[in-house]
Parts: sequence; structure tokens; C-alpha cells
Amino acid sequence: MADLSISLAGITSPNPFWLASAPPTNTGYQVQRAFEAGWGGAVWKTLGEPIINTSSRFAAVHFGGKRVAGFNNIELISDRPLEVNLKEIRETKKRFPKHALVASLMVEPKREKWHEIVKRVEDAGVDGLELNFGCPHGMAERGMGAASGQQPDLVEKQTMWAKEAASTPVIVKLTPNITDITVTARHAVMGGADAISLINTINSLAGVDLESWNTIPHVGGKGAHGGYCGPAVKPIALNMVAECARDPKVGVPISGIGGISSWQDAVEFMLMGAAGVQVCTAAMHHGFRIVEEMVDGLNRYLDRKGLASVSELIGQSVPRYSDWGNLDLNYRVVARIHQDVCINCNKCHIACEDTSHQCIDMLTGSSGRPYLHVREDDCVGCNLCSIVCPVDGAIEMVELPAAAPVLTWNERQRALAKLGTDSMETEAVEG
Amino acid sequence: MAIHHRISEDPSVPSAFREMVPPLSRSAAGEESNRCLYCYDAPCIKACPTSINIPSFIKRIATGNTEGAAYAIMDANPVGASCARVCPTELLCEGACVLNGTAEPIAIGRLQRYATDFAATEGLQLFAPGAPAGISAGVIGSGPAGLSAARELARFGFQVDVYEAKSVAGGLDSTGIVSFRLPTHVPAWEVQQVEALGVRFHTGVRIGSSLSAKQLLERHDAVVLAAGMGYVPPLGLEGEELEGVHDAIRLVEATKSGRMPSSFTGAKVAVIGAGNTAIDAATCSVRLGADKVKIVYRRTGAEMTAYPFEFEFAKQDGVEFEWLTQPVRIIGDEQGKVTGLECIRLEADGRTGPDGRRLFSPVPDSTFVNEADAVVFATGQQRLAPLADQLGISHQNGIPEVDPMTGLTSNPRIYAAGDVLHGTGAGEATVVSAAEQGKRAAAAIARKLLGEEFESYKRELVPTRAAENV
Repeated sequence: MADLSISLAGITSPNPFWLASAPPTNTGYQVQRAFEAGWGGAVWKTLGEPIINTSSRFAAVHFGGKRVAGFNNIELISDRPLEVNLKEIRETKKRFPKHALVASLMVEPKREKWHEIVKRVEDAGVDGLELNFGCPHGMAERGMGAASGQQPDLVEKQTMWAKEAASTPVIVKLTPNITDITVTARHAVMGGADAISLINTINSLAGVDLESWNTIPHVGGKGAHGGYCGPAVKPIALNMVAECARDPKVGVPISGIGGISSWQDAVEFMLMGAAGVQVCTAAMHHGFRIVEEMVDGLNRYLDRKGLASVSELIGQSVPRYSDWGNLDLNYRVVARIHQDVCINCNKCHIACEDTSHQCIDMLTGSSGRPYLHVREDDCVGCNLCSIVCPVDGAIEMVELPAAAPVLTWNERQRALAKLGTDSMETEAVEG
Repeated sequence: MAIHHRISEDPSVPSAFREMVPPLSRSAAGEESNRCLYCYDAPCIKACPTSINIPSFIKRIATGNTEGAAYAIMDANPVGASCARVCPTELLCEGACVLNGTAEPIAIGRLQRYATDFAATEGLQLFAPGAPAGISAGVIGSGPAGLSAARELARFGFQVDVYEAKSVAGGLDSTGIVSFRLPTHVPAWEVQQVEALGVRFHTGVRIGSSLSAKQLLERHDAVVLAAGMGYVPPLGLEGEELEGVHDAIRLVEATKSGRMPSSFTGAKVAVIGAGNTAIDAATCSVRLGADKVKIVYRRTGAEMTAYPFEFEFAKQDGVEFEWLTQPVRIIGDEQGKVTGLECIRLEADGRTGPDGRRLFSPVPDSTFVNEADAVVFATGQQRLAPLADQLGISHQNGIPEVDPMTGLTSNPRIYAAGDVLHGTGAGEATVVSAAEQGKRAAAAIARKLLGEEFESYKRELVPTRAAENV
């Protein structure tokens, strides 16, 4: 068994699976149940001035008969008095001293407010703080959450204020509702952040009811945008984590959040630079017990890979993430169909014919058996056929031997520029 | 879209005769429909004699458009609700599903039933008649072939009259298929769908007696002969007149019309024949309370014409099969009641018949008696040769000679479709083939009588709701 424990900016936990600050971490009862179930850590539901929530808060996007491909909420931060939360945090920490217990905080962008809450929360015995600069609804309208998280200077300033009072590590939670997440990440670091966590939820409207024409969800016939999360947001989150991980000006540990539903998702986030992960939707969908499957899967994966510690995963794939201009224009893959596995649903044919490069033919063999054939010369290696193919292993994307040396677009542009300079020089000489 | 009265199962049907296969729930239909791969150029479509666009109707179920699914089904197959229940799907659409081998094939039949049940219970009228073309068509028989032809002709703008000898329309679907497979409300809904297009159903009218073939041909510009087949012909066995001797078709018909024979309770029943009708007669007997039901067949399971799943179904019902057994005579008591079926054992004699099946000869001194209180004949159906004669069309033993693509007979105004053609190689004697033949006959008639207008009529065959929006 590999060592699953992690240390994120000095905050340690028995495994990398933390519950994100959200409805599952609303009370001591819940967080303690979560720790009993096997979660390594929890970020307490955001503390601040208690708010009033609406009734009807969540909505989900179901896809192709599968429930909760995406999840949307309009719930705000904790609606319980701070003292009650602090009392429960104290009790929880006492019962579970080895688990990571982090308090999520959100107050008005005022220095003294930050100082005050940091002191009170640390006094309750938390292992770290997470500054919520991401909540996109409700709180933003009061100048908090995403409203401050979208202004790099406010991110920096508030991080600084929290750091002035803090003795435990400070994690800054970033909003994805921004053009370039590395900008706010850098400002969090400039403000002294010990770590960043991302992503918070994405502005969203889950749907419109076809019969009533109300928004989904609606509150008495009116709706407002919520925050989107769940499996559907994973690729967005993974990119943002990777962009921060490969930015040398960020350079702090990352707590990965966004659609993590399984151990595989967790591994992907860690390979892309996360030192640990936070989960919410999967727990809301299945209950806290889902962590057992995450822990078991991760354990077996690490054993299979011969890794002694989960920390060995962190950032392994980051060097492989670059800019489009650094990709080899001469690299080639083509689709190859394994006839013994193919079930002849013809989905690859119609996808290629209608929407890609018209290189998969529907043919009939000498025995009268239909089969599909890729004209490799016309195949651009787009992967579409292998994506729509319902059978594992029927379509393989095969790497072709290099026909030409590696040439990236950047190299090509440089070479062209050099040619241009040379010819201008030649012209100058000739002229 | 007109809303008709909603149709559902008749509560007076005894529980043993209620439909056995339960409907798919909404969530089960959702799950199953989402499992469909939505193949391109799908083999299931090619395997369907009526070419229902199966991936399309299943995707419509998956996307909450059950009405559209019902439209797609019924558009291709006017008896699609019946076929959802009686088609040998294992041999047709589901047998062709690409998921065979890697997973369970999609339950196409049950999804088809889900969609058509929806249309029936919601009282939807799926189709509209075509603009009146001023042409009249007469259809003999209201079974799958006749109904199919009538529906299509009405959509082409024909005035259609259907003549049904029985008191209820629907043909074999209404009277000849056991109600626990196909309840009567299903064909009743299909008839209602066609009736709503202005098609006139004349039940209790037998061509050749209540209305002559000559009158029929005078009344109509074109005629579709879709009269099916008759009852079981006599075998010529001694004792066929005894009390307790039944015709399988009549037996099923009685159970479907609610006239449950009481003589089967506690009885020993011998069914002669091993086709699907024999299975129907045997399983009906079980449900009527028979003590012991035996199928007596002169060949073996290998030659049996019943579908494999029908065979399985009968075995699960406790029906016994006695192969290589030829009935010789029916034995009765002094009151003229059946007491036994005398049989002789057969064995393969190494010869092969013209149809490629093995031939069998009697085993000497092997005569024995099967104790029986009832003997049911399920040895084929009679041909309606007199009708063909009255219509003046060429036929062989009642099977009209036709162009296999269109069903055109020797009379250029008469087309034939359905079981009436069975035996000519023009198709299987299935409900779905009959429906396709009816469609083809209608299309051929329309092409001939509408001429160039046919193509524009065809273009007008759009969903009624879409038509309202034009």
C-alpha cells in the first residue's frame, strides 16, 4: 500500500480527498460523518456574516439518461451563527486531530474584518484558511466572493490582510469567471498566499422548464444565475489548474477542485499539478461513502504504478502541457479499425463523412460482410471516429513514423522570419 | 391533432388471458432508449420488413418525444402496435442489433410497444387523410394487410371501403392471436386510427355472399384482396365429428371474444401440429384449466415451424411434445365424446421431401392411444379458393398469382397482400410481412391511378401536426 498522506502548504491529511467548502461541510455533524467515512480533510462551509438563503437552491443537468452530469446551485455561505460553527469546528478538530480541517472565509473587503475573522477561526483550532474569492452568486452582489475575486488588486490586498493576522497556511480559492486565471493566481501569491485552490463554480443557468417556462431552479417564478460544478466542469478546471501549475510566477501548491468524481479524476488533477483535491458534487450525488471507492482505486493504481507515495504524482504531466505553438506540426496519427472488434454501427463513418474529413468508407467484403475502412492518406488524425465509436478497442489511433523532423509552429515562424530577414539582407546587398 | 377516446386493456378479460409481458415503465424506457447506439444505416431497419426507422424512434423516446416515436413507427407500419407484441424480434430487428455479442440487444419490440401504447392511451390521431383524389378503393379483409393498404390509400387521398366478413375488424390480430400475447384493444386502436382517416369499415360483409365480387369491382376503381386464410381444414381422420374436437383458430377466436370454452377445465388435451398456431392452442388450453396438454407432431423439433421462443414458452407452460407421432383416428365413447387419440410412431426413412425436410415412415406395430378429452387441430389454414374464383383472378389452390413486388394479380385492378399469398414465396406469414405487402399494394395502386400526382401526394405525407403549421 502506498502512502496516501499529503501535505498541502504544510496542512497534512491522511489522504488527498478533501470535501470542498459547500453544503456537505455545513455542520460538525456532517464533517465528522465525512471523516468517519474516510475523507482526508474538509473545508468548512464558508464563514462570514450569516446570510438568508432561498428555498429551491440546486439544479442539475442530466445527460443521455445519466443523472448529474453538471450541478448548479444558488445557495450562499453559511447561514448559521459564527459562534455555533466555531464551537463545532473545535469539537470536530478535537475528535479528528489528524484530519485536515480548513475554514473557508468570506468577509467584506476591509482589513479589520479579515483580521477579526482570521483570529476567531484560528482560535477554534483550524489547520488552515481558505479565502473564498469565488462564489459567483449572491455574495458577489454584496462586493464579496467572485466580485472581489475578479479584481486582481482586491485579491492581493485581501490575501495580505488575512496573512497579516494568520498563523496557519492561507489558501486562496479562485473564481473561474475570469479571462485568465493565472492573473488572479499571481496576485494571490503576491499577497502572500501559501496555496491556491481552484476552481470555484462557473456562472450558470441549469435550464428552462419546457412546460412552465420557468428557469431551473426558480424561486417563486424568478431565477438568477448560479454556480456550475460537477463532472461537466472537470476539463475547464483541469486546464485552469494546469495553467497555474506551469506558470512559474504562481509557484505555490494547488488544491484542485472541479468535477472530481472518481480516483481517476483525482490522479489527473495531481498529475497536472494539484497537491490534493477537493470534492463536492460526487458526495452530494452519492453520499460520503463514495470516498471509499476513491481511496481504494487510488491505492491500487499507485501500487500498480509502483509508486510509494501519492505525492509522487504531483505535477508529473505539467511539463507536457504547453502552448499550441510548441506542438509538432509533423507528428501524425491515423485511425485504424480493428475488424474483429468492430460491430458495424457505422457511427464512425457518418461522423467522418458529415463532420470531419470523409475518409471512412462503408464497404462489403467478398463474403458479403459489411466492413469499414479508413483511407489513411486522407485521415487527418482528428480522433473523432474513435471518440464516437461505442466499442473499446475497435478504433485505434496509430502513430505513423515521422516523415519529417519535428517542426513546431513557433519554430516555423522563426524560420520564416529568418528567411525574410535574410532575403531582405540579400535584397539590400543587391540593391 | 384530433383526440380520440383513450384505449386500454379490457378489464373483463380473465387474468390468465391478460397480456403477459408487462409494459416498460417510463424510466425503463428511458434507460433502454439511451442504450441504443443510434447506428447509421442501421441493420435493425434492414431487418424490419416494414423498414421502421428504429434508431430514430428510439432517439425520440430518449429525448422525450414519445408521440414522435409513435409517429415514426406507425408511419412505416400501420399495425406497429400489434407488431411490437407479436413480431419475432429475435429473428428480425433485435436479432440484427449490433449489440448482440457484446451486450444484450436493444429491446426494440418493448420500446415500440411503449411508444405506441403512449399514442393509444393519450388518444392521439397520428395521421391525416390525403386531399381527396376522387378515386375509390375496396379492401377485402381488415387484418394487417388490409388495414395497412387501407391506411396508405386513405393517406393518398383515396376513398376506401374495407369489407370484413367477421363482426369485428382487425383480422388475425383481433381474433387469431392469443390475447395474452396480443390483447384485442391493440388492433382495435389500429383500426380506429385508420377509421379516423375516413375509411369505412363494413363488418359482417363477406365478399361472395353479402356482396358479390362483381358488385365490388363495379363499386371501386381498385381492389385489394387481403382476406387471409380460413379455418383449419379437415384432416379426414375418423372421429373428427366427435364432441371435443376443436379447430385451433376457432378456439383462439373464442377466447378472444370472451366465450371461454368450459370443457377444457381438468381435461387432457392433444394438439395436432407444431406451428405457432399449435403453440397458441396449447397455451390457451393450459390457461383454460386443462390438466395435461400434449402437442402431437409427426416430425421432430428440427422440422417444427413454431418459433424457438414460442417453443420455449410452451415448455414453460408445461406443454409436452410428442414427436414422430402421427394421429390415426380419434376415439369416442357412446355419447359421442372424445376419449382418446390413436397414434402411430414414425421414424426417419432416409428420404427427403421436395421442401428439403426429412420424410418419415410408420414404425410397424407401434399404434398406441393418447388419452384425451379434447383434440385440437392446428394443421394449417384453409385457402379461400372460391373467393379467388369469384374475383376471376389466376390462382393456385386459392393462392393468387401475383407480381411479388406489388401484389398485382392477373386482373390489373386487383392486388393481393398478406396471408392470402402465403405459400407463394412472396413473404413470411407474419403480421409484419402482411403489413408491408399491404403498403406496397397501396403504393402500386396509387402510382398507377394517381400517375404523376403520386409523387406530390407522397410529399404531402407529413406529420399531421407539422401539416397544421404550414
